[in-house]
Amino acid sequence: MSAAPSQNVAIRTGRVTRAVIYTLLILAAAYYLLPFYIMLVNSLKPLAEIQQGRMMALPLEWTLDPWRSAWSTAQIGVSPTGLRPYFMNSFLMVVPAVVISTALGALNGYVLTKWRFRGDGYVFGLMLFACFIPFQIAVIPMAAVLGWLGLSGTIAGLVLVHAVYGLGFTTLFFRNFYAAFPTELVRSAMVDGAGFFRIFTRILLPLSTPIIIVTVIWQFTNVWNDFLFGASFSDFDSFPMTVALNNLVNSSTGVKEYNVHFAGAILAALPTLIVYIVSGRYFVRGLMAGAVKG
Amino acid sequence: MRTLKKTLIAALALAGSTAISVAAEVEVLHWWTSGGEAAALDVLKKDLESKGVTWKDMPVAGGGGEAAMTALRARVTGGNAPTSVQALGFDITDWAKQGVVGDLNETAAAEGWDAVVPAALQAFSKHDGKWISAPVNVHSTNWVWINKAALDAAGGKAPETWDELVAVLDAMKANGITPLAHGGQAWQDATVFDGVVLSLGADFYKAAFIDLDPAALGGEKMVEAFTRLAKLRSYVDDNFSGRDWNLASAMVIEGKGGMQMMGDWAKGEFLKAGKVPGTDFVCIRFPGTQGAVTFNADQFMMFKVGDDAKAAQLQMASSIMAPSFQSAFNVVKGSVPARTDVSNEAFDDCGKKGMADLAEASASGNLFGSMAHGHAAPAAVKNAVYDVVTAAFNGELDPAAAAAELAKVVAAAKQ
Amino acid sequence: MAAAPSPTRRPATDHVGWLQDNLPKLVLAPSFAAILVCVYGFILFTLWLSFTNAKLLPTDFDRYVGLANYVALFEHRNWRISLTNLAIFAPLYMILCTIIGLGLAILLDQKIRIEGVLRPIYLYPMALSFIVTGVAWKWFLDPGIGLEAVVRSWGWEAFEFRWIKNNDMAIYTIVIAAVWQSSGFVMAMFLAGLRGIDNEILKAAQIDGASNWHLYTRIIIPLMRPAFLSAFVVLAHLAIKTYDLVIAMTGGGPGRATYIPAIAMYDFTFTRQSMGIGASSAIIMLCMIAAVIVPYLYSELRQGRQQ
Repeated sequence: MSAAPSQNVAIRTGRVTRAVIYTLLILAAAYYLLPFYIMLVNSLKPLAEIQQGRMMALPLEWTLDPWRSAWSTAQIGVSPTGLRPYFMNSFLMVVPAVVISTALGALNGYVLTKWRFRGDGYVFGLMLFACFIPFQIAVIPMAAVLGWLGLSGTIAGLVLVHAVYGLGFTTLFFRNFYAAFPTELVRSAMVDGAGFFRIFTRILLPLSTPIIIVTVIWQFTNVWNDFLFGASFSDFDSFPMTVALNNLVNSSTGVKEYNVHFAGAILAALPTLIVYIVSGRYFVRGLMAGAVKG
Repeated sequence: MRTLKKTLIAALALAGSTAISVAAEVEVLHWWTSGGEAAALDVLKKDLESKGVTWKDMPVAGGGGEAAMTALRARVTGGNAPTSVQALGFDITDWAKQGVVGDLNETAAAEGWDAVVPAALQAFSKHDGKWISAPVNVHSTNWVWINKAALDAAGGKAPETWDELVAVLDAMKANGITPLAHGGQAWQDATVFDGVVLSLGADFYKAAFIDLDPAALGGEKMVEAFTRLAKLRSYVDDNFSGRDWNLASAMVIEGKGGMQMMGDWAKGEFLKAGKVPGTDFVCIRFPGTQGAVTFNADQFMMFKVGDDAKAAQLQMASSIMAPSFQSAFNVVKGSVPARTDVSNEAFDDCGKKGMADLAEASASGNLFGSMAHGHAAPAAVKNAVYDVVTAAFNGELDPAAAAAELAKVVAAAKQ
Repeated sequence: MAAAPSPTRRPATDHVGWLQDNLPKLVLAPSFAAILVCVYGFILFTLWLSFTNAKLLPTDFDRYVGLANYVALFEHRNWRISLTNLAIFAPLYMILCTIIGLGLAILLDQKIRIEGVLRPIYLYPMALSFIVTGVAWKWFLDPGIGLEAVVRSWGWEAFEFRWIKNNDMAIYTIVIAAVWQSSGFVMAMFLAGLRGIDNEILKAAQIDGASNWHLYTRIIIPLMRPAFLSAFVVLAHLAIKTYDLVIAMTGGGPGRATYIPAIAMYDFTFTRQSMGIGASSAIIMLCMIAAVIVPYLYSELRQGRQQ
């Protein structure tokens, strides 16, 4: 497969145009960072400053106590454990769920575009519409299904639920990516006698990095941040992080420690952020061309 | 791999053979996750552990228990119901009707709960003559929390009638502060409205909110209630909508706001800010409601369990009802004990007043479930009332239209 | 699945041949079966539920009520408000996200040196749970403490920005925050699309002397049709399911001014313990989605077949 050194196909731009582009991009970055600024500064100040209404200002007194509290001493249930013990539960749930749904989505997308069969359009349509089922209506019947399978209150049950409800999107992403992929390559490989899996692993998969990233980002984020299923189908031993974060943030009649909430929210998002940053490195097209000239 | 499998099988066999000791545990679904409340619940956990009962904690916070109730439905449907669930008012009754709750009569009879728990609470704790849940506390909702300095500047006398209240609010407005600190969320609007309706007479409150009498709901007095609500709205600043209740409390603590109409959990905010009842802030009943109390009470509803787990469940109920726990818990929580024979020694001034008011209201038959907090009517009716009250508070309905709408939506939700 | 052995194969290898022929379908089958049960099975269940007077649990019903739940739903003020709000929110949100996402993707595709820094900045809002970022937005938009107060403290005393407190404008603040959350992900999808385009085609066009504008509008964007479909589905899904954001920012208020169907549905099903009405609102939502998605999908897939 030709990973041919691609030429610079970016639009040819002058100095002024580039300045405008950079300005626009940086302005956009400011818009995206604004709420993060609010969260960050408020996670670094004592609660009293927030209660006095100084929410937009930099802290008068800088403190890391909210972060320590959110990590290890904040009240999540009856014991002051912080968010720390719940991270592992979330990883045990997220990693298998993302791997399973992404792998199946890639295979489904491959079949639906390169191994067309009669009625494949309807199959795709039905799978795609699955993206839209409101999760609220799935809670009760899913609970019955999990109970029937003996998976109530287990991490395996949560993995199953997230994998199933992720399939619609993962199939969609890969199907649409592979739809633009030249079918001739697959044909010629078939003529050469390559089998179903061989074509997939040797020809399509190596070129799928950008869409794998998009899919992993989507799935990782959704599964990691899910609250409804986490709260409904988990148990004392399998509580995911979001349920813990929710317990930290949403106490009804207690004192609201906003600084700890913000610190907790950033902590809880760190794994997802790391996924974005690390996977983003593989997002790049035409590495060689980029190295030649910007 | 093989050894792992062997170990697992051995572990499973062991679990099977020692089922009796393992079953001495309680799974508790609740939404008390903030510092004070959770710490108070930890007292219960320790107490049970000292008696050999393991506490499996299942906290799900959010929406005043809504998220926990959603999770509960999933668990019951999946055949995985917890031993005990924190629940409020009519939710308990609704679950009892599903035939999934336990029976605490054995312990209740031995400990004489019937004699010490107010009848208005028993209406929820018992179903078909069976004790099904153990009440932990009684919050009362018709409180007003006033900044002492702001009150002194406004004449110094705590208002006892509606007219006096209006006079104080006017004086505070003239002094340049926000007279009424309020958060515009449906349940907060409804909490204020509870007080307003009760101030028009305990009989009226009962007729409208407990008996859901259409004549009372849509009548002249209700128009008057909405008129008073609109009047109160005029003392609230323009930024009220969506404000959390504790930020409204902070306004009163800081002196930017004059008073807040909120249940007794607000006291925790004042205490945490280092304020002293009587010196820095004053707690009074909603003017015109002294002698009557609207309440909401947290209870631990017990689900049906096997015979092996029954002992642990009864032990938990017994520990909840112990006067020592009731006192320790409620001192922290700001509420008052669910049994009327607990010593008031450990409580502060507001707590002592709360306990005396509760006993008095219970004795005179003026202890009513709070509409705003799901103790006057089932969820469908409560939320229908929210819709109208919050629309009226936001100026979308005038008083006459609001009263008519109230009668209409309650009738629709009641069926 | 049909088990007819392929006639072109020799009998000895019949079952191997069958396996070969049907391997793609077999690979697809588990996913399809799971979706049939957990999506379409549950939708049928919900449809059934919407004709009962179920309250607390699906088992908590005693009679069928015909269409009464649907009537009650459409007579309910909250539902009517929700529909109006959705009609404002969904198109605005989807269009803004698409424009911003595509714009940023194209700009970011110009060999930007700091792409590695900017990309995660655009994406990170997706990572944060809205139960907390909603609070940050709520504060920022609150006239007493947020933007208005800050600008006034800079000396522009007449500055006013209080949409979040205004019954008619509050829904637009939801749009601002929702676009903030998901436009970065849309950008990533378009970026993946841009980088999946065959460079040879672009080079050929450039050699032919196509202008930049022409290159994008006539060649690149049409080639990204599938990416648009992905973006459309993701955005439509997010638009109709937006829930946490509104709860955290306005709680559906002021009053009920920012109620949207997802909130109304949760509210009926779980808060008001009227599962029957909740189910009917879910069915209506699914019908609305189908009304938008099915025609689009139909034309999209037919286009694909023609190419």
